[in-house]
Amino acid sequence: MLHTVNKSSFERNSLQSCVNTIDDSSVILLIEDGVISCTNNANLPMIASLAAEGRVYALQGDVDARGVSSKVADNIKLVDYAGFVDLVVEHGATVSWV
Amino acid sequence: MSTKKFMYLNRKSSYGTVYAIESLEVVLIAAAFEQDVSLAFIDDGVFQIINDQNTDGIGMKNFSKTFHALGDYDINKLYVSRESLEERGLNEGDIMPLVYEDEDDDWKEKPSVRVISNAELSKIMSEQDVCLSF
Repeated sequence: MLHTVNKSSFERNSLQSCVNTIDDSSVILLIEDGVISCTNNANLPMIASLAAEGRVYALQGDVDARGVSSKVADNIKLVDYAGFVDLVVEHGATVSWV
Repeated sequence: MSTKKFMYLNRKSSYGTVYAIESLEVVLIAAAFEQDVSLAFIDDGVFQIINDQNTDGIGMKNFSKTFHALGDYDINKLYVSRESLEERGLNEGDIMPLVYEDEDDDWKEKPSVRVISNAELSKIMSEQDVCLSF
């Protein structure tokens, strides 16, 4: 499954809830304010192991808008909107952690 | 009209919700009434004045440039929480170099942004007449 998270992990617990419940084949795509979690920040440990497995993505346009494109943590993959569509196609069902 | 001390607390990043731009609108209105205005950026609000914002990819207006105009409205007290920056992997160098011209000092350009601790911020907050949180 594909899980999209659109809230900052500093403001809501949706990223933590998502991480707590996803299965071993799921991937996470950070979008909108969700990309605040994609830098080397205090909440990075939440997703570090998933990222090391190549299972965390962030949407490039949202990363650029928030001025953090030079700060994206290792192993987090950036995708554009076409890449977003590819993830949806590849992983079938999508869960939006709004 | 008497002058009051207004502080605007900015706690959210710029583009995920409408709070940030609405706050900036209200700040500019207060400045037009010649009030003593200061801004505080805490929590995800620190992202509002970070360098290198590029909104081309999301089809929204990049209003971060508007913060450069605040100096011309005599708004030159912008406080940024050091703890909030550090939590988010940011530092003082990531903040936009916002300045104002000091009319009491031969219009010299001076920095408007001060990175301070939460303890310092709480003291400044306690000196305000009005605090508005966005």
